[in-house]
Amino acid sequence: MSTLSFLLEKEFRQLLRNKQLLRTLLIAPVIQLILLPLAADYSVKNISIAVVDNDHSTFSRKLIAKITASGHFKLTGYTASYNEALSLVEQDKADLALQIPVDFEKGLVRENSQKLYVAIDAIEGTKANLGGAYLSSIVKDFNEDIRVNWQSAPAMAGGATGPQNLNERSSNEGPSSMVSGKGATFQTSTVSGDDAPQISVASSNWYNPFMNFKLYMVPAILVTLVTAMAAMQSAFNIVQEKESGTIEQINVTPIKKHIFIIGKLIPFLVLGIVIFTIGLGVGKLFYGVTPVGNLAVLYASLIVYLFAMLGLGLLISTYSGTQQQAMSLSFFFINIFNMMSGVFSSVDSMPGWAQAIVETFPPSHFIKIMRMVVLKGSGFGDIGYHLAAMALIGLFLNTWAVLNYRKTS
Amino acid sequence: MSWPGTLNVKPINMKQLLIFIRKEFLHVFRDRKTLLMLFGLPIAQIVLFGFALSNEIKDSKIVVADYSKDAVTRQIINKIASSKYFDLEQSLQSATQLETAFKKGTIKMAVIFPENFGNDLIHTGKATIQVIADASDPNLATTITNYITQIITDYNAQLGNNSGQPLQIVPEVQMLYNPELRGAPNFVPGVMALVLMLVCTMMTSVAIVKEKELGTMEILLVSPFKTIYIIIAKLAPNLIISVINLFIILILSSVFLDLPVKGSVLLLVFDSILFILTSLSIGLLLSISAKTQQAAMMGSLMGMMLPTMLLTGFLFPIENMPLAMQWLSNIVPSRWYFIIIKKVMLKGLGFSSVWKETLILSGMCLLLFAISLRRFKIRLQ
Repeated sequence: MSTLSFLLEKEFRQLLRNKQLLRTLLIAPVIQLILLPLAADYSVKNISIAVVDNDHSTFSRKLIAKITASGHFKLTGYTASYNEALSLVEQDKADLALQIPVDFEKGLVRENSQKLYVAIDAIEGTKANLGGAYLSSIVKDFNEDIRVNWQSAPAMAGGATGPQNLNERSSNEGPSSMVSGKGATFQTSTVSGDDAPQISVASSNWYNPFMNFKLYMVPAILVTLVTAMAAMQSAFNIVQEKESGTIEQINVTPIKKHIFIIGKLIPFLVLGIVIFTIGLGVGKLFYGVTPVGNLAVLYASLIVYLFAMLGLGLLISTYSGTQQQAMSLSFFFINIFNMMSGVFSSVDSMPGWAQAIVETFPPSHFIKIMRMVVLKGSGFGDIGYHLAAMALIGLFLNTWAVLNYRKTS
Repeated sequence: MSWPGTLNVKPINMKQLLIFIRKEFLHVFRDRKTLLMLFGLPIAQIVLFGFALSNEIKDSKIVVADYSKDAVTRQIINKIASSKYFDLEQSLQSATQLETAFKKGTIKMAVIFPENFGNDLIHTGKATIQVIADASDPNLATTITNYITQIITDYNAQLGNNSGQPLQIVPEVQMLYNPELRGAPNFVPGVMALVLMLVCTMMTSVAIVKEKELGTMEILLVSPFKTIYIIIAKLAPNLIISVINLFIILILSSVFLDLPVKGSVLLLVFDSILFILTSLSIGLLLSISAKTQQAAMMGSLMGMMLPTMLLTGFLFPIENMPLAMQWLSNIVPSRWYFIIIKKVMLKGLGFSSVWKETLILSGMCLLLFAISLRRFKIRLQ
């Protein structure tokens, strides 16, 4: 045991002596955690839209006003032809082109149905998805607005809004809607004035009622920072001793293999916990992210996670002779972890084989745990599976690393 | 003290330079493991990300609580179950079960039919479905709530005898460039920019700092070599490796991911080399301030990875960011390169639409190179 404490003293001294590294390790995560969530904002609110209004009617103008007033879209082009609008999309000046056909209003009244043409730049899938969904729901609202107006207008103002043939049309609707065509019905009759039964949807958003995207991103970004700053350092540290030759000196001492390894890992475990704690503080201070769940759950998961990731670092170090090699291997893993663990893109959207691969990534489990505990207040019972998975992966990696670690080169 | 920029003493000695470049190549090729990583990394990542990453939201796990259990609710549940957007988990009995399922993360949404749902619908003509979404991921919640609403709207239309609705406006939506909403068209250019940038920066900075750490840099500096030769020789292998990587990525993405270069290959390669040179200059700059390999790595890999990922614009739209961040993203070279690849590779546009980005990259490249050349120290301390 005393061997271990001497080793730990040595490691901590070396770590604390290297001021430049220590500064990077402690300050970089703080700066990144303050800045990056600002960049990681996917609440789609500025979809630029190019509009081709071939109709120039009251309806088309109202529709455009409704779209721009929604807050999701910003009108960046108002072109004369569809081709011009498409070329704006091509130039990245618009994400979406909307064409209102000639005689939109007249046709709507005459044929009772009209099409709008929408072309979306789908290279960015999420944006395309949401843009399309927002636009559809605005068009739907607009549709219901004009239906309601349509049904109440004839009774009050004769043919003021619409063309002549509206009289025949309104006669189909039955009298009920005209009688109650005031205030209250405007909301409930969402929907046609006829007596068709109507189902409405009342939706509520749990755990993040204000749909604050930062609450979702901050915990995940914190995980990637802890991964980069602490977990991978074990690999560099051991390889550094290899490169400078000091590891030979330790190898000729009677220090046991596992004691040496534990002595290498504990300082980085501590470093990881320190960075994580600072990160939680920054998240609370700057983004108001306060974990709903129990801190003990978070820290217990963090320790299991660091155990797994330090194991990976150790494994990398046993396979690399130079820091350069250790670095390219770490870069390979960190990049894959960042892209596939669900920080920026959804794991659920991946094909089955990819999801199976992601199951073996410790960060993916820890990110899930973080989001669950921080946002929903999940407890040990809820995260049991992820915790067990991380522990299992950690055990596997550490065993492999220890078996592969040789005191002689 | 002669500044490296002023090479007026004698003409560039090509032979010396070539010998030096040869030395650097030997260094790189001797380290098989690093070499393997340098080529394996981009290949593995492009293929992996190209096939795995997607933005399509489908098969979201939801749960239905049906307190009414009548013909109408059964019909609606069937409709939801048959939609490709949802995966119906077995139904729940109580509110606490619902809470647990959300906390375990096994479901994304709950659809609740209150008691007497069908009766209410028939007798009062109105009924309300309660939908609860797990909004910890706000975008997912928005999208799947939209899908449910869409299904209910369709069902309403059926109830109203189809064309019973007057004045129907039907948006006809067309997805350009990427109709299946695959992740590859967005992620491949992004990963290309990311990988090229980080590999170049990292390899350059580490290669130089390593010589400092081992002390061999002193030997180089006291030799009659011009500093500029040392720099050129250090950059040459990384430039060549990156260009080979670029071609591998382009071939892979056109063969496996169905993403051929639609525009001019020549233009793309030209801009890519410009981008690679810019990244090499950043690596050069980093190596000047870093004293140890570890510091150089921390600076290039850990310090630059996340900012590059986020500010390039392939993960999050730049126009959503606060103004200060948008401004900051302007100095990230990969941001401009990403725009160029998207335009030339995916949209097939020509030089006339990327001249601005090319100009910006050239400016950055020259500026960074000039700064690092001037600051590259002749002495170590």
